[in-house]
Amino acid sequence: MEKLILRRVDHNDEEVLLNFGPQHPSTHGVLNFLVQTNGEVLTRAIPDVGYLHRAIEKIGEKVGYPGFMPYTDRVDYVAAMFANEGYAIAVEKLMKLQVPPRAQYLRAISCELNRIASHLIAVGSTAMDLGAFTPFIHGIRERETINDLIEALCGARLTYNYHRIGGVAYDMPSGWRDKVLAFLDHFDTLLVEWDRLITYNEIFIKRLANVAVIPAAMAKSYGLVGPNLRASGVDWDLRRDLPYGAYPDFQFKVPVGKAWYGTLGDCFDRYYVRVLEMAESSKIVRQALEKIPDGEFMAPKVPRKMKPEAAETFSRVESARGEMAYYVVSDGTENPYRVRIRTGSFTAMGIIEALSPGLMLADLVALISSFDVVAPEIDR
Amino acid sequence: MSSTLPYSKKKTSRQMVALTLAVALGLPFGLLAALLVLLPLSQQPMVDALIKRFVGQDAAAWPYTSLVYAGVLALVAFMVFNFGAIFGGMTTWYEMRIAGRIQSRIGPNRVGAAGFFQWVADAAKLILKEDLVPTDADAILFRAAPYFVLAGFVLTFVVLPFGESVVVADLNVGLFYVTSITALVVVGIMVAGWSSNSKWALFGGVRSAAQVVSYEIPAGLALMVPVLMAGTLSMQEIIRQQGGWPWQWFLFRNPAAFVAFLILFTSQLAEGNRTPFDLPEADSELVAGYLSEYSGFRFALYFLVEWGNLWVISAVGVTLFFGGWQIPGVGPELWQSLRGAPTEIPDLAWWGLQALSMLVFLVKTLVLVNVIIWIRWTLPRIRVDQMMNLCWKYLVPAAFACLVFTLGWQLLVGATGGSGAGFMSVAETVSGVALFAIACLLLFRFLVLTRKNIDAVVGDRIDLTNW
Repeated sequence: MEKLILRRVDHNDEEVLLNFGPQHPSTHGVLNFLVQTNGEVLTRAIPDVGYLHRAIEKIGEKVGYPGFMPYTDRVDYVAAMFANEGYAIAVEKLMKLQVPPRAQYLRAISCELNRIASHLIAVGSTAMDLGAFTPFIHGIRERETINDLIEALCGARLTYNYHRIGGVAYDMPSGWRDKVLAFLDHFDTLLVEWDRLITYNEIFIKRLANVAVIPAAMAKSYGLVGPNLRASGVDWDLRRDLPYGAYPDFQFKVPVGKAWYGTLGDCFDRYYVRVLEMAESSKIVRQALEKIPDGEFMAPKVPRKMKPEAAETFSRVESARGEMAYYVVSDGTENPYRVRIRTGSFTAMGIIEALSPGLMLADLVALISSFDVVAPEIDR
Repeated sequence: MSSTLPYSKKKTSRQMVALTLAVALGLPFGLLAALLVLLPLSQQPMVDALIKRFVGQDAAAWPYTSLVYAGVLALVAFMVFNFGAIFGGMTTWYEMRIAGRIQSRIGPNRVGAAGFFQWVADAAKLILKEDLVPTDADAILFRAAPYFVLAGFVLTFVVLPFGESVVVADLNVGLFYVTSITALVVVGIMVAGWSSNSKWALFGGVRSAAQVVSYEIPAGLALMVPVLMAGTLSMQEIIRQQGGWPWQWFLFRNPAAFVAFLILFTSQLAEGNRTPFDLPEADSELVAGYLSEYSGFRFALYFLVEWGNLWVISAVGVTLFFGGWQIPGVGPELWQSLRGAPTEIPDLAWWGLQALSMLVFLVKTLVLVNVIIWIRWTLPRIRVDQMMNLCWKYLVPAAFACLVFTLGWQLLVGATGGSGAGFMSVAETVSGVALFAIACLLLFRFLVLTRKNIDAVVGDRIDLTNW
């Protein structure tokens, strides 16, 4: 079968046509780029997505409302809490359920811990893709601790399935709060160490600064979200601007790109915004642990078989990869009529072709990792 | 941290520790001892004298003399090759352990005590694997390429010294020989990149060619600085011109030499494809570069060369700038008086002094090897254009400046009565002592900072024992 994407490539003898993927060490999963290069300089890089398509949205139409929750983990397995939360909020809107405050707080705590874990992978793999292997391992070590904490909370380390429609699956185990606080005390000092380990490294800065600059207008028009958008100087964070769950109760700053070493919206800004966000997440978890109210962690009388009235609903959460939106349509039966998931990595793919001309091959690697794309989130 | 984890409770048995220690110490030191005995005895006057003594024939007239020469050469080649291979192998293990510590993990610890036999296991695995040649590859070139690389590596050992008289051949073009023979490595990498018929391999090969050819220029210019100071290309003679004490090293003799060493070291990292210049096999960009299609034994050869090259890089640096095997306080007169006639087997004291000189050389070289490993696990990789910029915009002009400065310096030395006399001799001593003092201060400052940084480390200090 002819690959349709090849029609978009103009063949000539001057350029090399490279298959950058699907099995390439720095494509972060199975993801293909058709790359035309003139020597080391790219003339074009066309993302070819779909290698990890598992028809998750179609599955959503077949398994019923509560049954879809474990599948949402697989949408973004690096930050599965957000996928849980987005779906839970959407269905709660359909079912007109009130989530108890303790569950809201538990959601916020688990999500922010997950955000730290996800950003550790993101900044670590940025360093690894630039050839510095050491920071990645240090990041993974901290993530293991977070995985331990989340395992104590919900029994899973990767695909959590922790949020439920109407609340969360389990309450905090006893002594868990102290462990989290101990970890955060450790983690806040670690961020300083992280910066000294890699952020201020001269080669690292040279590799990221002024590479693949995305101006704010371009970032908006291509639909970038989350840290990628904020790195371009657009001050937009759902947690603050369209707050949901327990977020109105917390005080936190939203880090925005400041052209630390180069131009606003370059790869370094996208990297460093994530580092700063980890510190903010740590603050949010502290506040949440301090203010968390007592009470139920699950809404009363959540039916086991849900039959919401025919309606459509839309929910947005600020995932580690930016806005994650669920559009759920109910036709009054046990199964949703449609579940649509909008993810940040997919839109980030769209901008790569526009950015690629003139980049070096090594810059493409930096660009992909600075977007923090996760292949399953692209394809779903 | 891991004291309650089940897998840390396994204790290595006493026999395994003994075996590991025996191999880890016995193998390299045994080889070095063999080289110590073999190399002085394999010089031509010595072999002739031995023929005279044991066969009772005059070497010039005896018809089998050349056969004996060939036999001795084969033996020497075998031992030196083994030294390179075993050093390369052991360094892979050492680097894995160091990398583990730097990355706050354990590293290989299953095979032997402290995982020491990991390199043996890796080599055995690689040799047992299928030797795959891709269908569309140029089979002959593909098979031949590793041997170019291997030749470029092993042949440098001909002139690399181990001790005062422990060298295979003290060629009078030694340094020139080293630079020309190491250029064979890039031929091998180019051939590998082309013959693999893979675009990634081709990228790696072309990058390597561009990189190595570019960096040979600053490296060559920096090499000329000690050559100018010593007035010879012979490796042994360059060492003899330096003294045992640090302020007598070429590194500190004039300010330009210090810079020249930094240029040489950087360029050699680039020529040896070590981070931050490991572009030809950049794993996150080019999959594995020119190595992409290799497997099994041929892959093992590339790895052997890559780690063996650590010795070559460090040994050349030590020879040219760090006083080589010179023992502090031991001058040429002592060597001469202990040696006696070149046709006699020398005294035990001479052998002891030789062993000491080898130890000095070994320690200096291992220090540099450590620095290279440490750099690899600390720095990210630079980009192709930045690599070229660094070479042509900074290193080449700096190397030229060093060369011109040294030329002027040496002219002054000549005009004021040559080294060891007159005004410039004082200047050389002053420069040596002053630069050495500055280097000591920098080292001290570095160590204090390191100590501070280590104390400030929080990363791998979190206590998980009761979780």
